Amino acid sequence: MLQRRDFTFLASALLTSPWVRAQAPVAWESVLGKARGQTVYWNAWAGDEKTNAFIAWVGEQVKARDGVTVVHTRLKDTSEAVTRVIAEKSAGRNEGGTVDLIWINGPNFLAMKQQGLLYGPVTQALPNFKYVDVTHKRSNVIDFTTPVDGLAVPWSLAQIVFVYDSARLRNPAELPRSAPAMLDWARSHAGRLTHPKVSNFLGSTFFKQALVDLIADPAVLQLPATDVSFAQVTAPLWAWYDQLKPTLWRQGQQFPDNGSAQRQLLNDGEIDITLSFNPAEAAASVSAGLLPPTVRSFTFRKGTIGNTSFVAIPYNAAHKEGAMVVADFLIDPEAQARAQDIKYLGNLNVLDLSKLSTADRARFDRLTPSATLPSAADLGAPLLEPHASWMTRIEAEWLKRYTR
Amino acid sequence: MAEALHALMADTGTAPRGPRHLLRLAPVLTVAAFAVPIACGLVGTLMPAFGYLPAIGGDRWSLDPWRVLRDAPGFSTSLQLTLVVGWASTLLSVLLALAVAGFLHHRAGAKRLGSWLAPLLAMPHSALAIGFAFLILPSGWLVRWVSPGLTGWTIPPDVGTVGAASGWPLIAALVMKETPFLLLMILGALNQVRAAAQIAAARAMGYGPVMAWFKVVLPQVYPQIRLPIYAVLAFSLSVVDVAIILGPGNPPTLAVQAVRWFTDPDTTRYFPAAAAATLLLGVVLASIGAWWLAECMAQPLFRRWMERGVRGGVVTPAAGVGAVVGAVLALLAVMSMLGMLLWSVAEPWRYPDAFPPGLTLDTWTRQSGQLAGPAWTTLLVGVASTVLALVLTLACLENESLTPGPARRTAPAVAAVSAVSASVWLLYLPLLVPQIAFLFGLQVLLIRIGLDATTSAVVWAHLVFVLPYLFLSLAEPWRAFDTRYARAAASLGASPWRVFWRVKLPILLKPLLIASAVAFAISVGQYLPTLFAGAGRVATLTTEAVTLSAGADRRVIGTWTALQALFPLLAYLLATTAPRLVHGHRKGLA
Repeated sequence: MLQRRDFTFLASALLTSPWVRAQAPVAWESVLGKARGQTVYWNAWAGDEKTNAFIAWVGEQVKARDGVTVVHTRLKDTSEAVTRVIAEKSAGRNEGGTVDLIWINGPNFLAMKQQGLLYGPVTQALPNFKYVDVTHKRSNVIDFTTPVDGLAVPWSLAQIVFVYDSARLRNPAELPRSAPAMLDWARSHAGRLTHPKVSNFLGSTFFKQALVDLIADPAVLQLPATDVSFAQVTAPLWAWYDQLKPTLWRQGQQFPDNGSAQRQLLNDGEIDITLSFNPAEAAASVSAGLLPPTVRSFTFRKGTIGNTSFVAIPYNAAHKEGAMVVADFLIDPEAQARAQDIKYLGNLNVLDLSKLSTADRARFDRLTPSATLPSAADLGAPLLEPHASWMTRIEAEWLKRYTR
Repeated sequence: MAEALHALMADTGTAPRGPRHLLRLAPVLTVAAFAVPIACGLVGTLMPAFGYLPAIGGDRWSLDPWRVLRDAPGFSTSLQLTLVVGWASTLLSVLLALAVAGFLHHRAGAKRLGSWLAPLLAMPHSALAIGFAFLILPSGWLVRWVSPGLTGWTIPPDVGTVGAASGWPLIAALVMKETPFLLLMILGALNQVRAAAQIAAARAMGYGPVMAWFKVVLPQVYPQIRLPIYAVLAFSLSVVDVAIILGPGNPPTLAVQAVRWFTDPDTTRYFPAAAAATLLLGVVLASIGAWWLAECMAQPLFRRWMERGVRGGVVTPAAGVGAVVGAVLALLAVMSMLGMLLWSVAEPWRYPDAFPPGLTLDTWTRQSGQLAGPAWTTLLVGVASTVLALVLTLACLENESLTPGPARRTAPAVAAVSAVSASVWLLYLPLLVPQIAFLFGLQVLLIRIGLDATTSAVVWAHLVFVLPYLFLSLAEPWRAFDTRYARAAASLGASPWRVFWRVKLPILLKPLLIASAVAFAISVGQYLPTLFAGAGRVATLTTEAVTLSAGADRRVIGTWTALQALFPLLAYLLATTAPRLVHGHRKGLA
């Protein structure tokens, strides 16, 4: 037992060098065997009821298929799980950790990858990974310009859309389809626009989207930000925001905690526009009674940013095999189709549909239709996320500039 | 308890016999149960505050964490906000509690005030805060009642309420919760003062009833509510859950900032987090010191005012105003809870509708699966920590009553005061130390002994807070027990064990159950101790409700909040009705 565990550690250490990786796929049968009977503590943000219900469904499925029990550890913020792994490492608990699977991306992923807190690479071991689109949906393998290196399994694609109530904003031609247009709109609709607080993922996304839209060449954002480049490149952003801020909801003195809090503001009639990283969220929210049926979506003319949500296994997870089984199920065409169905979740799939069997592809044709849902043409090509350092610096710079 | 401890030292000469032997361990066990985690936790937080936490690279003592803290954006605003919220809510709560007590004492119904206050007190802070938030939002319930009819607001006004930079909603919610607590403490203290006779004497000299209360009764009551006031001050300065829900976000209060840093993925934030937690400890201690100084300075002024013999003045009308404000706050608290209850059965309910377009049980049905687990955990942890605390408390109190300690030999009044002053300070320790100041250190300790993320760890963390409340609410009726009953039973041949079970326990059943209900309510309401000791994996109704408060569907939040408030209410109902059922045939005990 002990020897086998040691071997696993040794193997995972070796696997990190790329040329060994290809030769050493973990035998899936043995993973399934060990996974049976395990309880996987999946640490996932729990602020959205539909996502919670989806996680519960995943739990039922893997229980029935592979005998793996999923416990959803409900997080207020993903960083809570990261903190826990760090606390465990600092207490010397290098195995038998309490976190088995984390829903993760962005700075949390970067922090865990940099500090060697992730188990893997795991993606090549998963039978369903062959369906994942790694060529067109680049964010499946590059998370905020950080190479994923197989340390996290993509399970959901996201792209920014703006959501408004067509019963209040009646003329679609007047919708602000660029950052400069948004400033003009906000001036004539004082107090009706806001963004989630900048420390929230969606909040900083608002700024990245504006930055990508405001500068001539967004390619510079793929490189890590330096003091000089940051000051230069973001100058137009701050000039834009300095003018925008006083026109925002609560005169820009308060901000909603996260996307769902901002959606609630739209539902309460306190604002006119919210944003979402999930193009189907508005449609899903309508059927859940969280938004009026008259809401519609729009994007910027130049396109909007897209990225991928992953699940990752901490290096000291107690139930790694069970976690791998759950991760593999998440990229199963059946789970992906259900996740994309607005009846359940409405998340864009991470798969290359051309690689699927006809029967599996047909699942995606049978999804629930909706008038609120933007078409693929409306959405356009997802733009690449800037390097994570831009987001970190934007957050710090915002706090420095606007916290008294 | 100090008395009991003293007895422990003095009695070591005689050979222990029977259950007495075990009882003597009770005070030590009890103190250890809450003092050890606090002490260890404080050390575990103090070290990283000065740069020492080798596990994440802090292997050198330094003042850097303090520099980072000082240079953090908004630090001075955050500190100022913390002080304003802590002091303003404490001052207002004290003034309101005194006003209500002074205003009501001679009126009909004053006697039943206690039983009205208890359910209000049993409401978890976070549940009340969530309900209050919906009440006061510009698109909230109060505005919906008058809009757009009276106000013309077809869209909600763009005015900051929840999360306002001044922190007033946070202050209001704290006052709503702390005033009933202080009032109950005053009512308890009044039992030990011969108030009625003294007031009658004062009234004979021409003082009005309110004035008589303030001049004659207050000076005797105040020393007994001093510690509760310090506890309120400490709590208001360091509260986390209410501040997350109602307080400003940028910057938040110091305690919330510390929690944010503790849960930041960037580990270097641990150091300023520990420094902020330590600073908060300093702020609390300094504030208590300042309050004490203010007491000292106010005393001669108060004495001069008393001796001047003024009969009129602003005190009586001010107490009336205070009583009205208190009643309004109580009404708002009740409405806060009703609002969330309504949300839990509402169909999609949008501004400006004053009431939901329809009622449905759909949300409850959909949520029942999610609610069940945390509800059971809440119940389990609440019952376990209450039972543990009850056993320890009863053992301490029995040990004390069976020990012919120094208290029994001196004049009862003097003994009571000295026993109270020493042991009660110790008991109040968990209520005077900010939670965040020792919980992080405690979490590291729990991981080291392999207890983290277990229900036992959460029960233990809850015990730290449940124990003092239970001891404080039970000690007084227990000490007031008429020992002649016990002696009569003993003279009939009953063993001490039998006297305890057959005589003392039935007579004291009512206070015992009420103290247990209070303890259970305290456990249900715990947010930060559950979060840290449970490593986020032990979910209770309170942790889930606070998590959801950051933007989830209000109908869903409604179910969690309603259940969260229902648990303590049921416990309280059980505690008040059970004695009636059990002792239906014994008039004095029902």
